[in-house]
Amino acid sequence: MPKDTGIGAATVRREDVRFLTGTGEYTDDITLAKQTYAVFARSTVAHGTIKSIDTSAAEVMPGVLAVFTGEDFAEVGGNPAGWLINSRDGEPMKEPKRPVLAHGKVRHVGDAYAAVIAETVQQARDAVEAIEADIEEFDAIVDMNAALSGSNYVHDEIGTNQCFDWGWIEDNREATDNAIKNAHHVTTLELVNNRLVPNAMEPRASIGSYKASTGEYTLHTTSQNPHLTRLLISAFVLGIPENMLTVIAPDVGGGFGSKIYHYGEEALVLAAAKRLNRPVKWTADRTESFLTDAHGRDHVTKIELALDKDGKFLAFRTDTKANVGAYLSNFSTATPTFLHGTLMAGNYTVPLVYVNVKAVFTNTAPVDAYRGAGRPEATYSIERVIDKAARELGMDPIELRRKNFVKPDQYPFASAAGLEYDAGNYDALMDKMEEVADVAGFAARRAESEKNGKLRGFGVNAYIEACGIAPSNLVGVLGSRVGLYDAATVRVNATGNLSVMVGAHSHGQGHETAFPQVVAEMLGIDPAVIDIVHGDTSKIPFGMGTYGSRSLAVCGSAVVRATEKIINKAKKIAGHMLEASEHDITLADGVFSVSGTDKSVTFGEVALKAYIPHEYPLEDIEPGLEETAFYDPANFTYPSGAYACEVEVDPETGKVTVERMTAVDDFGNVINPMIVTGQVQGGLAQGIGQALLENTSYDENGQLLSASYMDYTMPRADDLPMFAVDHSQGTPCTHNPLGVKGCGEAGAIGSPPTVVNAVIDALQSGGKDVTHIDMPVSPARVWEAMQ
Amino acid sequence: MNLSDSRVIDADRATVWAAILDPEVLKACVPGCQEMEGTAEEGFTATVVQKVGPVKATFKGAVTLSDMQAPESVNIAGEGKGGAAGFAKGGAKVRLEAQGDQTVLHYDVEAKVGGKLAQLGSRIIDGFAKKMADQFFNNFQDHVGAPAPAEEPEPETSEDAPKKGWLKRLVS
Repeated sequence: MPKDTGIGAATVRREDVRFLTGTGEYTDDITLAKQTYAVFARSTVAHGTIKSIDTSAAEVMPGVLAVFTGEDFAEVGGNPAGWLINSRDGEPMKEPKRPVLAHGKVRHVGDAYAAVIAETVQQARDAVEAIEADIEEFDAIVDMNAALSGSNYVHDEIGTNQCFDWGWIEDNREATDNAIKNAHHVTTLELVNNRLVPNAMEPRASIGSYKASTGEYTLHTTSQNPHLTRLLISAFVLGIPENMLTVIAPDVGGGFGSKIYHYGEEALVLAAAKRLNRPVKWTADRTESFLTDAHGRDHVTKIELALDKDGKFLAFRTDTKANVGAYLSNFSTATPTFLHGTLMAGNYTVPLVYVNVKAVFTNTAPVDAYRGAGRPEATYSIERVIDKAARELGMDPIELRRKNFVKPDQYPFASAAGLEYDAGNYDALMDKMEEVADVAGFAARRAESEKNGKLRGFGVNAYIEACGIAPSNLVGVLGSRVGLYDAATVRVNATGNLSVMVGAHSHGQGHETAFPQVVAEMLGIDPAVIDIVHGDTSKIPFGMGTYGSRSLAVCGSAVVRATEKIINKAKKIAGHMLEASEHDITLADGVFSVSGTDKSVTFGEVALKAYIPHEYPLEDIEPGLEETAFYDPANFTYPSGAYACEVEVDPETGKVTVERMTAVDDFGNVINPMIVTGQVQGGLAQGIGQALLENTSYDENGQLLSASYMDYTMPRADDLPMFAVDHSQGTPCTHNPLGVKGCGEAGAIGSPPTVVNAVIDALQSGGKDVTHIDMPVSPARVWEAMQ
Repeated sequence: MNLSDSRVIDADRATVWAAILDPEVLKACVPGCQEMEGTAEEGFTATVVQKVGPVKATFKGAVTLSDMQAPESVNIAGEGKGGAAGFAKGGAKVRLEAQGDQTVLHYDVEAKVGGKLAQLGSRIIDGFAKKMADQFFNNFQDHVGAPAPAEEPEPETSEDAPKKGWLKRLVS
């Protein structure tokens, strides 16, 4: 029986009331008294030296209050990378400074080199037009191979375009090479994981304000993690004391990773607010979003899979070039390395994995984590090469995967890529997928398609990913410069309602509904009396933010720990009220009782007593009922899944239509199945978008050609079938208190290879000898491959 | 972007040669040209208003001529900056070939665009360039091949303005 409240209930999202009635409050909705507006002057060339910037004409234009250039920030710090990667030879990665405004050089189209602050947006825009920048253009570095071989550098001071040359696991390199050399069969695949523009519905926006009387700054901004933004601005960029800077991320209209990072515009509006002693607002237009939001993916990979004669996997070896763009964004060095290489064993017992990743600077927008962050790249490489191997060996792709799956009795399982999987059952997922996707009925559906002149293909995929980042001790050893715990405060008010302050920001994930379900279940009270507070550093103890499907696994665990502390203290108070030992007090359905008696007090009565401590044992218990917990996970969590896709290909035009899409995922325990289903559906839409539609295209001069919705194709409802989503096969995570794993990225991780495998299957069924097509699998590419 | 073509102009080579170096003729013939100053020796400065797809901008540019072999060939290099709209720059090799009373004008253009022009207009830039060339040569033909009317209306921009009025300005 499905529950109607608490953990496991498909509770309707309370935040949707404001989202669906247009009463959400986003950064651009906020107008502060005496607010001014910033507009940025952005480079129209991809690579050049700034010879001079003449702002004199702009400064005297109507309404202009100030003009800033890179010179104004020459003395302040740069925006740092959060993860140190060492190259195979032990050399630390190259970390050129990422300034607030471009200084000396511009390094990508859209790189901001000046900003105008004016009374109105229009006045600021006009004044930007009057800035005379003399920029000597150089050849743009766009292609990664050219970047690595040439002597033209994005950052002259480092004398190379290679950020690092990383090997994982370096000790396995020789053994992997030997395994591949001696294997019965080796399947090789070269592929491109296409660059994606995140396209959050709400563009980035920031308002800086400053109170001269106290020296306090406030930044309203579109962020997935306000505390991290505060930390970066305080500790690295502007040096504002952390306790003098409040960062508020109100409602945020989608992030998908692009709003994890600190961007120069945030520092600019704060510095400008101080200089003018007035609030300064900046809101990106859509073109700025395309040009300057951190992009995703952009890997070029060669992968080899060695197999024995029975189809047992012997080794995976990959050679990847990862584009990091013009500057290192905050997580850009972790994404292609530890979030990618450590997953290169997949769901498999393969004994050897070796991953080589060269990160490359180019004159393009910075590239960083985007929904899935490294794991989609790993899954795509593994699952595409397995499919190709199955075809080469004449084996059923499902059977080949099953033959190599980690089996349920092998947990905890040490993967060849260095992770310890704690729980899973990949055969059960595959069984369920075969049932939900009706694999048995595929032949009949294919025959029907063929009758209509279409080719029908079936594609399958098994993925594993790592969520709930991350154990601080482990990531510290691996180079992370931050800890990856999270924090929560549970405040029980005197009248019995609760405010729960959480470090994880909610911008579509439904925390305001799901977190109360957890607390309500533990306390046995109505979730409606529990309010979630997030996104304001002045209200919340601390937080590392929302990304990597970590909110519930990490922050939710902190909520559990804080609630446990509340229960412990409440039992003491109840014991006092009931004249019994706290050890004899039990909590059920919101009532504290003395075991074996009919004496009891309600949760509300205990709350009241905590704040009106008359006849209260002050020597034993403090008044008040508020507890904070920090939670640092013991391990990553490992969601996994089995996906299936059926496509129809029109052999006349090459157009691919997704007919059926099945996602069977193991997310461990599920708090709110409706929210989980929604998260998977959104991820599937993005993954299908990557597989079939989305392409970020720079020309050889570094001009972004796909910088509007005329040229960049987002998935739309009519590109997608009804999805079959199942999460009935959960194996609980063994190391967090809720047994949860994380569901936010799975759909975008599992679907791209599934779709491409299906397209290849369709073409093969039509007698076309096509073994690979790079994403997006557009009609033109399919048609060309068929010729 | 590359554009190579040739056009037959109904005028002798000396007339054509003189005309392509005359700022007044160029001003009248370059579509959307508002100003054209300078000389063939010193180079020209120009202001051109154009609309490429959704991007409308005033381009201020400089044009220099080199390798002048009167009356046979010249290399033209230019760059126009359109502020927020981006830039266009490129070069053209022009060669004049006498053919009786007529002249064949061969041109070989290499151009690139940047900024908003590339971001929003890249799909239509080739067609746009072709259209610009066609308009230029039609105008040029009218100028050198026949007595020019006193008030030649400029195509496209001035033609459109009164007709589309505020609506066009709104979507520009």
